[in-house]
This record gives sequence, C-alpha cells and structure tokens, in this order.
Amino acid sequence: MKRVPLVLTLAAAAALSVQAASAQTLKAVKDRGQLSCGVSSGLPGFSSPDDKGNWTGIDVDVCRGIAAAIFDDPTKVKFVPLSAKDRFTALQSGEIDVLSRNTTWTLSRDTSLGANFTGVTYYDGQGFMVKKSLKVNSALELNSASVCVQTGTTTEQNLADYFKGNNMKYEVIAFASADETLKAYETGRCDVFTSDVSQLYAMRLKLANPADHVVLPEIISKEPLGPMVRHGDDQWFDIVKWVLFAQINAEEMGVTQKNVDEMAKSDKPDLKRAFGTDGNLGEQLGLTKDWFARIIKAVGNYGEMYDRNVGVGSKLQIARGLNQLWNKGGIQYAPPIR
Amino acid sequence: MTTEPRNPPPQYVLRLKRALGGKAGWTGLAVQIVFAAVLAWVAYEIVANARTNLETQRIASGFGFLRNTAGFDVSQNLISYTGSDTYTRVFLVGLLNTLLVSVIGIVFATIIGFVLALCRLSPNWLLSRLGEIYVEIVRNLPLLFQLLFWYLAVLAALPAPRQSINLFNAVFLSNRGLVIPRPIGQAGLDPFLAAVAVGILGSLLLRGYARRALFQRGQAIRIGPYVLGLLVGLPLLTMLIFGLPLTFELPQLRGFNFAGGSRVIPELVALVVALSTYTAAFIAEIVRAGIQSVHKGQMEAGSSLGLSRGATSRLIVMPQAMRVIVPPLTNQYLNLTKNSSLAVAIGYPDLVSVFAGTTLSQTGQAIEIIAITMGVYLVLSLVTSAIMSVYGWRINRSLGA
Repeated sequence: MKRVPLVLTLAAAAALSVQAASAQTLKAVKDRGQLSCGVSSGLPGFSSPDDKGNWTGIDVDVCRGIAAAIFDDPTKVKFVPLSAKDRFTALQSGEIDVLSRNTTWTLSRDTSLGANFTGVTYYDGQGFMVKKSLKVNSALELNSASVCVQTGTTTEQNLADYFKGNNMKYEVIAFASADETLKAYETGRCDVFTSDVSQLYAMRLKLANPADHVVLPEIISKEPLGPMVRHGDDQWFDIVKWVLFAQINAEEMGVTQKNVDEMAKSDKPDLKRAFGTDGNLGEQLGLTKDWFARIIKAVGNYGEMYDRNVGVGSKLQIARGLNQLWNKGGIQYAPPIR
Repeated sequence: MTTEPRNPPPQYVLRLKRALGGKAGWTGLAVQIVFAAVLAWVAYEIVANARTNLETQRIASGFGFLRNTAGFDVSQNLISYTGSDTYTRVFLVGLLNTLLVSVIGIVFATIIGFVLALCRLSPNWLLSRLGEIYVEIVRNLPLLFQLLFWYLAVLAALPAPRQSINLFNAVFLSNRGLVIPRPIGQAGLDPFLAAVAVGILGSLLLRGYARRALFQRGQAIRIGPYVLGLLVGLPLLTMLIFGLPLTFELPQLRGFNFAGGSRVIPELVALVVALSTYTAAFIAEIVRAGIQSVHKGQMEAGSSLGLSRGATSRLIVMPQAMRVIVPPLTNQYLNLTKNSSLAVAIGYPDLVSVFAGTTLSQTGQAIEIIAITMGVYLVLSLVTSAIMSVYGWRINRSLGA
C-alpha cells in the first residue's frame, strides 16, 4: 500500500518522458468531458470525501468552479487524491489538469517545478498544536520537544528555520501522510503537531478529544495557498486564475448564489461586463459569455465558499482574518473584470 | 584423398558466439545486434523526449540541485547533519539509515530464521509445532500491517518520557525510544583499540598455525589459554597502564525529553523488528528445506564413523545444506533491503523517505532523484548477491564440488 506512491512517481517520471508538451488543456478537458483535478486525500474544509464519496472543501470548490465555467456543470470533475510528495509529479506528468491542494506559493515552486500558481485561495500560516496537559503557552517553550510533521511540505523547512532562529533543539519525525502524522501525535510519539493553522484546526476535529488540544498563538510563516497549472498553456492559466477572481469580485459586488439571476439583469456597468451582457470578456478567456454567472451559480462567491467550508457555516469555525476582502480589513483582492 | 584439417576458429570468436547466440551462432549474433540497436534507439528517444518536454515546461533538470541547501532536519543521522547541509548530505544520511536497517535486519533475520528452522525440525513435538505456527502466521500477514502493529500497537504503548521504564538510572525506555549512556573516548582509547586489534590478529595467526600443525603433522596444539590471554589479558593490561578507555555520559530527563546519552529511536526498533521477524519466517523455510535436502544416509554415515550428532550436523550435514540454502537466502536478504523502504509509513528517515520523498517534493526533480534511488537499490542488490555468491562458491570449493 505504501509502496504505491513510489511506483506512481516512477510511472509519472516515465510518463513525463513520453507525453508531448500540450498547450491545449482546455480542448483536452472538453474532449474528455471532465476536468481532472488533484486534491488532498482528506483534509476537512479543503478537500475531503463524505461517506457517499462526494468531495467538499475550498480546494474542491475551485475545481467545481472551473468545471462550471467550462461545462456549465460543477459535477464534471474527476478528483485525484494526492499525497504532499506526489502532487507536483502528478501535475508535471499531465495526470491532472489543475492541482488544487492547499499548496503554498513559493518562489522555487513557481519557477523550478514547471508550473504556475494562479492565485491565493486561502492566506494561511504555520502553527503548532500541543496537548493542553503539557501546559505550554508559547512555541518558544518547545525546546527539546519532538515534533511530528508531514513530509514533503514547506512546513518541514519553516520548522527547521524557526527552531534554529530561536536557538532551540528539537527532534523531527516526518510521515508521508497527514493521517499517519496525526496518529503518531495522538499516541504520544511527539509532543507537537505542526502544520498550517487551518490544517491544525481541521486535523484537531479528527482527534478523539479535540478539546484536549490547543493551537499555540505563534504563526511562524506565510503560507499563501493556491491552485497550480502546468507551464506552457497560457489560456488555461488565465481560465484557472479568473475563476477565483470571479468569485472574489462577486463577493465585492454583492453577487451571491441566491441573487445571481436577479443581478444578471442589473444595469450597473461593472455587473453588465461580468455577466457578459456588455462585451465578450468570457469569450476572450476561451469560455462563454455567461461564464461568470455559471461559476457563482455553481459554487457561490468567495465569501460563501469560505463560510460554507471553513468559516462560520462549517465545523472548523475559522474566522475570516486575512481572508476578508481588502475593503473589509483583510487582504483578499482580485483584479477587476473589465 | 586426405581432407585438410580445418583450423578451428580462434578461441575468442567461439566465446563471443557462445555468449551471444548460444547454439544459433551467427544468426543469434545478428538478432542480438538488431535487438541492442532497437534498445539503444528507444533509450535515446526517451531521453531526448524527456529533455524536450522538460525544457518546454521549464522544469529544472540536471543534478545541480544536489549542491543546494536542504533546509529540513532528519530525526536520525549517523553522520553529522544539520538543516543547512546540502541535498547530497541528505542523500548520504538516508543511504546510511537504509544500510543500518538492512544490515541489522539481515543479521537478526538470519539468527531467528536458523533457530526457527531447527525448532521445526526438532523431534520435540511442542517445539516443532510452535515453529510451524510462527512461520504460518508471520508469513501470511502483510509486512506493512506488521510494521504498523509493532510501531503503533507495541512501541507506542510504552510510557511517556517522564514515566519511562528505568534501569539503574542509566537506561530508559519510553515511547521516544531507548536511551542508554553514551560512551565518551578517553586518553586510554587508542592503546586499548590497538591492544584489541593485536589480540584478534594474534589469535587468528595462532589458529592458522594450529590448523597447519593438525593437518600437516597430525599434531593437536591447545591454543585456548593463549587466545584468552591475547583477547582479554592484553586489553586489560593497557587499561591498567593507560586508564579507562571510555567514560559514560548518563542520560537525564530535561524538559520534554532526555538530554545526553545515546538514543535508539522507536522507528528504527519497529522497522528492524518487523523486517527481521517477517523475513525470518521465510528464511526458516529455506533452511528447513536445505537441511531436509541432505540425504539421511549422510547422518548415518557420520554416526557410523563415531562422530557425535552435533559434529555430524556441523561438519557433514550443514555444509551440504548450505549449498542449497545460500541462493534463496540471498533473495531474502535482497527482499529485506528493498522492504526497508516501507519505513516512510512509520516516519523512519530511510533513503526513500528523505531523498525520494522529501527531497523530491522540495525540488520537484523526479527523474533525477528516482534514477539515483533506483541506482542505489540496484547497487545494493548486486553487492549483496556478489557477497553471497563468493560465500556459496567457497562452500562449493570446500566440498570439492
């Protein structure tokens, strides 16, 4: 079971060597009749399957939005669950069309992986979770602790930087999957579980007694999470970018899943441009004039997507924080549709 | 009319023909050449295609990444390593961790396997049934399952560091592993090591001399007391003159964990236990088959010569059995080494985990890293089989076969 990832990587490496560079992702997706979307294998709030096999979460909604923009049908997505260490190879080799898997945007990933980040779906930061019984109040009290971390993530490097920077010793135990990491934390192999804060809250829900564990106040890094596409197909890059931008703009303009039909009839110039009643911005993207309405109908605006998956409407109950719109105290901001 | 004897083709041509085509001769050679050419073409196409694709997608390629800083830590390193070392260093750390697990695992698996086989062959009913039950259970459960069992069910059930099982305030066992006093070399260390080396060398020379005396002149020399003096007396003498070679640093519980002392991490223990108990079940069957393959007349012949049962087994049966045992035993050693890559499931930092895992996902250079990793396992396998071949060859030679 655990040897599969290596085989997969290998197969992907082989596929890389034979697959011809394609600049026609949109056409390929249309011909196939569905979008192939790489997600994490189970992270509540971002992407996790329910007992009926339906995927939900922010990362999942990004893919549903793209499918809605292309097919006018948010269900035409094949979700490919990937571990942190397999995700880039799957994208490089063409196994997936878009990687939407709480991936941190960094310079080296943007340049050396043969892929582009299309935007930020969630502004996150790395934190620490410990058992309340340890009576630790700050990450600076963690000298000589054992730390569990998921391998193949920026988390591992931030962790090394933070402990080195604060002159503290630690022992790192790295596991391949988030669930194995959590299991080791739960059995007491390590004192600390470190990850992006959103993930800490999500994983805490999986523990036997969530209330016995506390997330420490220190945020030790910037983790802008967003989707990725392969280099070499600018049209596809634009489409994936503008699906998220459409949602953010929709929230700013007050367009919601409920009022989208009404708003489509509006006379306001910015709404007319977005809905395609004025101009052909959707067609310029390679989509249809009603692309904007399709996305919002399927997955709602950015705020609705946030609240439903990680915010007030979800079990995770994470405050909007940085992810609030720019004009409401946050830093979430999208280029205008015009 | 006499036909002129045809000159046989030169030796090297014959050899070449035999190596390439067998009986088919030149036809076979032609086929082989065409096949090699096709293979070379396919290989070239793959490399060229990969290169073009990597360039068009602007994926970094080449081995330059090996000089970059890794920036992450590893829980067990046999050589000095910090996060500011390079990926090359990470590779070495992972490789050594893999080798460590493989070597310890192979030693334990062999010992357990042989003991199990002897149990199964024992005339004692209970012993042979116990051996059988062990083999049947362990052999039929997936290795990953056993690995997780040892790690999550057995080792994780140990107490936390503060409540650890304590032996003389020097050895501590907890869910963070086994902590033992750490030896620190003193001034007397070098003379002590020299004395040990001299002792071992001297004993070997003595043994050689005694064997020659026995085989050539039929003279039995008792070397026991001398060997004891060389191996024990000499090192003790240097300790009297130069002082203790080692002092020990005791581990102490400080904060979350133990400070000082050496620590064996539970991941290593779980991996070694799982790999060696699992492989031992297969080795036991191989050894049993090997011993049973020796005709029982050999045993009878031995006793008719007046040899004891033990001497017959040791001198007559086992050498013949080993001839059958060694080749499949080699396979088990290779399996154990390759199976050690399951380490990633329990967070043991082996080569696959830190190099083909973390390093790969941080640099994204799948082709290079997978190629290196495959190369390493290939070399490990070839070296293991080479060593075992030499061993098998020596057995055959000593049997005169």
